[in-house]
Amino acid sequence: MDNMAAERIRADIIATDVVLYMKGTPVFPQCGFSAQAVQILNFLKVQFKGVDVLTDPSLRQGIKDFSNWPTIPQLYIKGEFVGGCDIMREMFQNGELEKVLQAKGVSYAPPQKTA
Amino acid sequence: MAMEINEIERLIREALPDAKIEIKDLRGDGDHYAAHVESGAFIGKTLVQQHQMVYAALQGRVGGVLHALALKTSAPMAQQQA
Repeated sequence: MDNMAAERIRADIIATDVVLYMKGTPVFPQCGFSAQAVQILNFLKVQFKGVDVLTDPSLRQGIKDFSNWPTIPQLYIKGEFVGGCDIMREMFQNGELEKVLQAKGVSYAPPQKTA
Repeated sequence: MAMEINEIERLIREALPDAKIEIKDLRGDGDHYAAHVESGAFIGKTLVQQHQMVYAALQGRVGGVLHALALKTSAPMAQQQA
């Protein structure tokens, strides 16, 4: 794998609590799956850094190698790979994502429980 | 162009012979699928590991020729969430 890309990823996920590797930016996602991932994080009011892999081909491949994960988006919390879009959605729906955020001491706003 | 449901199912079953596999072609275009895979091999694995096992079974096709595969995995009895 491209060592520069791996180094950059390692530095990013250590420096920032929540990092989302995605296509496009949090404001302008370039893919429906990345948009969903952003939506979930925004809904929980989690502060995160979006890294646009489309701006850097070595990063686009590098993050797949780094995580051993073939698709984008990819979510890292406190340096740990949490999953892609499907896992994020599943964990969001069953409340696991909140548990992970809480366990790792990342601040978020619990969704209002409404009927 | 894309992949057939049969081919996806065959590759998953090769790696996970006990798997219950349900695949839907979401748009009828042979390119956007949703799959639910249940296998005893997932017991004790995290969701990330379970998905990685399915991706490994598909031998590099996910994210390549197989553009979109919405994946849900579970262990039998369903109490095995990591």
